Amino acid sequence: MNKANKTALIPYSLWILLFVIAPIALVGYYSLLDLEGNFSLINYQTFFSSIYLKMTLSSFWYAFLVTLFTLVVSYPTAYLLTKMRHKQLWLLLIIIPSWINLLLKTYAFIGTFGLSGPINAVIKLFGLPEQQILFTDISFVFVAVYIFIPFMILPIFNSLDKLNPTLIDAARDLGASPITTFRRVILPLTMDGVKSGIQVVFIPALSLFMITRLIAGNRVITLGTAIEQQFLVTQNWGMGSTIAVFLIIFMVIIMLITGQKSKGGRVR
Amino acid sequence: MKKLIQATVAIVIISLALLYTTKLLNISGGKTGKDILTIYNWGEYIDPALLKEFEKETGIHVIYETFDTNEAMLTKIKQGGTAYDIAVPSEYIIEKMLEEDMLIPLDHTKLPNLKNIDSYFLDLPFDPHNKYSIPYFWGTVGIVFNPDKVGEFDFHSWQDLWDPALRRQVFLVDSAREVVGIALNNLGYSLNTTDDSELAEAEAKLAELAPNVKAVIGDETTQLMVNNEASVALTWSGQAADMIFENEALDYAVPHEGSNLWFDNIVIPKTSKNVEGAHKFINFMLEADSAAENADYVGYSTPNKAALALMDEEVVNDERFYPPIEQRETLEVYRDLGLDYIGVYNEMFLRFKMSIR
Repeated sequence: MNKANKTALIPYSLWILLFVIAPIALVGYYSLLDLEGNFSLINYQTFFSSIYLKMTLSSFWYAFLVTLFTLVVSYPTAYLLTKMRHKQLWLLLIIIPSWINLLLKTYAFIGTFGLSGPINAVIKLFGLPEQQILFTDISFVFVAVYIFIPFMILPIFNSLDKLNPTLIDAARDLGASPITTFRRVILPLTMDGVKSGIQVVFIPALSLFMITRLIAGNRVITLGTAIEQQFLVTQNWGMGSTIAVFLIIFMVIIMLITGQKSKGGRVR
Repeated sequence: MKKLIQATVAIVIISLALLYTTKLLNISGGKTGKDILTIYNWGEYIDPALLKEFEKETGIHVIYETFDTNEAMLTKIKQGGTAYDIAVPSEYIIEKMLEEDMLIPLDHTKLPNLKNIDSYFLDLPFDPHNKYSIPYFWGTVGIVFNPDKVGEFDFHSWQDLWDPALRRQVFLVDSAREVVGIALNNLGYSLNTTDDSELAEAEAKLAELAPNVKAVIGDETTQLMVNNEASVALTWSGQAADMIFENEALDYAVPHEGSNLWFDNIVIPKTSKNVEGAHKFINFMLEADSAAENADYVGYSTPNKAALALMDEEVVNDERFYPPIEQRETLEVYRDLGLDYIGVYNEMFLRFKMSIR
C-alpha cells in the first residue's frame, strides 16, 4: 500500500473508531456496571436466568421463521424478475415500498387486520365468523416478512442476474433435468446472494421491537423489546447493555456462519 | 479523482446552504433566546389554540415538543442538549427529579393565579408547599369497557377482569406499575409496596390473568376501543374520556378496591434559559378560562376549581372523571420506588408478558 492510499483511509478509520468501535466498547463497559455503578458481573448472571434465555430462544425462533418465509417468497420472485423484459423497472417497484416509513406501514396493517378491516370483510362474505388476526404471532411473522422481502430480493436478484446463462444451457445439454440444474448449478452459484440476504434479514429480525407491540400486542417479546425497556423504563443501562452485548455476539456468530469463504477451491 | 473532489465540494456547498436556510427559518422574526419558551409535554396534552394565544399576549415564541413516557422525558432532560423551560412530569418522577436536583424552585409571587387551584390538590407529599410544581391535570386508572359486548360486568371490582368469560378480551397498557398495580389493588395491598412476599403474591395473581389478556399495547388502545375492536381495556381516565367522546357506547369504571390517583404537574427544569417566561406561562395556564378551555380540549380532569365553574356541568358532575371525595380516599398516589424496585416491578411485568400465550 502506498502513502496516498494510507492518507485516503484516515477519514474512514476515524469514522470506524468513533462510531463503531467506541460505542461497542461503551456498551461492553456499561454491561459490567450494576445499578449503583460498581463493577460487577450481576447483569451477566441475570441474563443466564431462565427468563432471558427463554426470550433469546423465542427471538431466535421468530427470526428463523421470518427469514425462512422471506427466503421462500423472495427466491422465486427474484428468479422470475431476472426473466422479465423490464427487470430494472420491476425491481424498482418492489423496492419502492421500503421507502415508506415503517411506522406508517405498520399502522396500515393494524387497519387491514382489524375486525372491521378488509380481510375480515372477505371472511364474512363467505359466511364464516370473524377471525382475530391482529395480536397473534402469525400476523407478526406476516408483517415482518412483508417488511424484509425487498432486502432479501435485492442480493438474490443481483447474484441471479450475474449468473452466466450458458452454464444453464450446458447443464441442460448434458442431460440434467430442470431440478438437477437448479440444485447443482443455479443454487450453488447464487448461494452468496442467499447468504447476504439471510444476514440482512435474520440479524435485524432478532431485535425487532416496535411491531412486536403494535402488531403482536406484546405476545411476542424479542431481545430488542427488552433492551428498549431496560434503557427507557427501568433505567438499568447495565442490563440493557448486557443484552446488547449478547446480541452483538449472536450477530458475529451469524456473520461467521453465513460469511463468504475467501479460501477454498472456488474459482473467481 | 477530479470528479470525486467536485462532487465533495458540491455536497459541502449544498449542505452549507441548507444549514443557512434552516437558521434563517428558525430565527423567523429575529427573536432572541429570552423570547423563546421551550415546552416539553405529553402528546395531545394541550389545546394548541392556547399556545397561540399565549404567544400573542406575551410576544414569546413557543417551541413545543412532546414525549410519551415519563422515563423518556427524564432521560432527555438529564442529557441536556435542549434548553427545556417547561416540563410536565407525573408526581413520582418529580420526587426523582428533586433527588437529582433537576428543578428550579417556583416564585409564587409571580403566580397569583395559583389561588384558582383546589386546595385538595395542593401541598401533596411529593412536593410539600408546591415549592417546585403546580398540578396540571389529575386522574385515575380504571377500566374502559363496552357494555354491549361484556354483558353483566360493571367492573365494580378488579376481580371482574379475571372472570373466565372474558377469555382473550382484555387489553392492558404496556406499563409495569399500572399492570402490577391491578393485582396489588385486587389483593388489597399498597401500590407502592416493596414487600417481596406481597409482590410474589401479586405475580401469582397476575399469572392467572394471562389467559384473559388479548394484547399489551400503548396509545393504540384508544383507536381500537373507538372502532369496537376491543371490549375491555385498562386505561387512564383521560384517555377513557377521549374514547367515550368518540364512541358513546363505552363506559368507564374505577373499581372500588382502589386505584392509582395521578397528577401531572408543571415544573421548570434546571435546563431553562427563560425562567421569567416559564413563570408567565404557568400563570397563564392557571387562569380560569385558559384552564377551562384546556380541560375541555384535553378531556382530563382539571384541579382548577375556578375553571370548573366555567365548564359544562354535565362534565364536572360526572363521577367517573371527578370522583366524589369518599372514593378519592381509596385512591393512592405513586411514590418513587427507587431503581432497585423499579427493576423488580419491570422484571415481573416482563415475565408476565412472556407468559401470555
